[in-house]
Amino acid sequence: MARIGLIFKLFRRGAQIQRKRMAMTVAAIAWGTLSIVLLLSFGEGMKRSFSKGSKGLGEGIVVVWPGATSIAHAGFPQGRNLRFHPDDVALLRANIEELGEASGEMRRWGVNITYGRRALTKPVVGVETEYGELRNQIPQPGGRFLNRRDEAEKRRVAFLGNDLKDELFGDEDAIGKTILVHQVPFTVVGVMQKKIQMGTYGGPDANNVVIPLSTFRSMFGRRYLSDFVLRASNVDQNEILKRRLFEVLAAKYRFDPADERALQMWDTHESQQVTRNIAIGIQFFLGVIGGLTLLIGGVGVANIMYAVVKHRTKEIGVQMALGARRSYVLGPLVLESLSLTALGGAIGVGAGWAIVRGLAFLQTKANSDALEFMGAPTFSPGIAVTTVLLLGAIGFLAGYFPSRRAVAIQPAAALRYE
Amino acid sequence: MLFSGKNGKNGKNGKNADVAGNGGIIEMRSLRKVYDTGAILVEALKGIELSVAREEFVAIVGPSGSGKSTLLNIVGCLDVATEGSYLLDGEEVAGMDLDQLADIRNRKVGFVFQSFNLLPHITAFENVEMPLLFQGVGARRRRERVEELFEQVGLSDRMHHRPVELSGGQMQRVAIARALACEPALILADEPTGNLDTTSGRDILGLFEDLAGKGHTLVLITHDMALAQRTRRIVRIQDGRVVEDRPTTQAA
Repeated sequence: MARIGLIFKLFRRGAQIQRKRMAMTVAAIAWGTLSIVLLLSFGEGMKRSFSKGSKGLGEGIVVVWPGATSIAHAGFPQGRNLRFHPDDVALLRANIEELGEASGEMRRWGVNITYGRRALTKPVVGVETEYGELRNQIPQPGGRFLNRRDEAEKRRVAFLGNDLKDELFGDEDAIGKTILVHQVPFTVVGVMQKKIQMGTYGGPDANNVVIPLSTFRSMFGRRYLSDFVLRASNVDQNEILKRRLFEVLAAKYRFDPADERALQMWDTHESQQVTRNIAIGIQFFLGVIGGLTLLIGGVGVANIMYAVVKHRTKEIGVQMALGARRSYVLGPLVLESLSLTALGGAIGVGAGWAIVRGLAFLQTKANSDALEFMGAPTFSPGIAVTTVLLLGAIGFLAGYFPSRRAVAIQPAAALRYE
Repeated sequence: MLFSGKNGKNGKNGKNADVAGNGGIIEMRSLRKVYDTGAILVEALKGIELSVAREEFVAIVGPSGSGKSTLLNIVGCLDVATEGSYLLDGEEVAGMDLDQLADIRNRKVGFVFQSFNLLPHITAFENVEMPLLFQGVGARRRRERVEELFEQVGLSDRMHHRPVELSGGQMQRVAIARALACEPALILADEPTGNLDTTSGRDILGLFEDLAGKGHTLVLITHDMALAQRTRRIVRIQDGRVVEDRPTTQAA
């Protein structure tokens, strides 16, 4: 402890770098820090927006479409098209214990939707109750998603995508109003909350009319499902769930459980992983660019420290003659370099933080889809830690290497230096 | 004081002199220093035998290029010999690492340089305090000691000035105070009056004689024979060897 105190004392007495050079170096470090903070913050914002967007479709869900067999099995030839029956959801529930929520889905394109004198042509989907939860279709306050009684009683109720609602109703409140779907009156029970949706099959949810599956079937006379939407009770069990799906459906529809073409699946958990990795990759890339900029500042500090050490060679020799150990010479010089870096870093982080806050504020005002998709730049603790560690390492190295040589020689040589 | 010349002779002539018992400050045996300039090897010291006993006041003289600066560096542990043995106040210096050398300089050697070598950005007080700082002396004890030293060199009123605000003679007195700070076994002065006018030079020499009288061991390196004559023993170096070692008239 006494030695650390001594090093600080020597640092206080010794630090006297030329002002102009110091200011330039501090500016370089501040600039480097600013760029790394901004780039990482943009990366973080994008990562969060990606993650939110990829969850827009639904978190950890599996969408299953019927395919065509590619292996002859049990007397059936290959190339047979499969079709899912609405009762299959019950079959899956009974046979797959890993299954959490599940819903069948039917879809019809180009249906006439009318409210008052306004008429649109939109997709209509028929779904079961758990679909809302699965697909992150959250009702806005004042409304609700479809419930079990809607399904059981084949009610003519509709849940509207928020864009569709705006098109049809404008600013008017939609809940409780009657619209015509395929010339049949429906009561609007809910409007979807706005969400960022990056993945989609059959158009964005904001554009759909959602009605109970039972109502859909009787209205359009459909016998087969377009797809199932499922989720394992635990995301880790998605793989087991997918295997069991093949087994159970293969038993019913007589196809080979190893026939991968028989069922088509979209595992959003998997694609979310991919999206997350891409976002992390982008952030890493941005971080590397910022880090390189910061490194240039570090080279500036090292340059200054080389000059300082050279300038003070004789003084270092005198100190060593008086009995300074190597660490008593090295320590204050490293502290000097660290304090330059710290000063520049503090300015850079402060400026970066202010800009990030400013941008975030502007974004809430701007109401632009592109800005929203890019995400608000976010300053996270991880960014702070990364920046501090980088600055610390740069400051230390920029001080240590120039000074190391000065203390590796006998003082006689340093004293001769003019 | 009376036997200092004799001690010197003992050191030089009889290798088996009871050095350790005597507490010889400098004991050099077959000391060689070779500089590797890359192209050629330069042998600066070619086997120095030198003994300096406690309380001696010795001048090492010689023309430039004789190896006397090299000898000064090695005596002061600012550099290490290529070969041979060097006991400083009973401790073998050969084979010490840089930090051990720093410690032994701190404890055993006080330097007075021709160009003073005060650190320019700190006050005279802080300059003198520096070796005590390295030794880990507490703040209060340091202050007392530094004030005492300034009194001793007669500069109490200039303690808190920076070196640029002092005259050459004053700077050298600060340097002497600094050299004395850790009560070293040996004070090593390299042309201490070389950068001073005659009056200041005489002043500083007086201070050295004073110190010698108080029982300090002093080694003075100079090419000024008049100055050398004021010490009690002259060791002449030429071409990397000791060529003469005699008491001065002062020794009598």
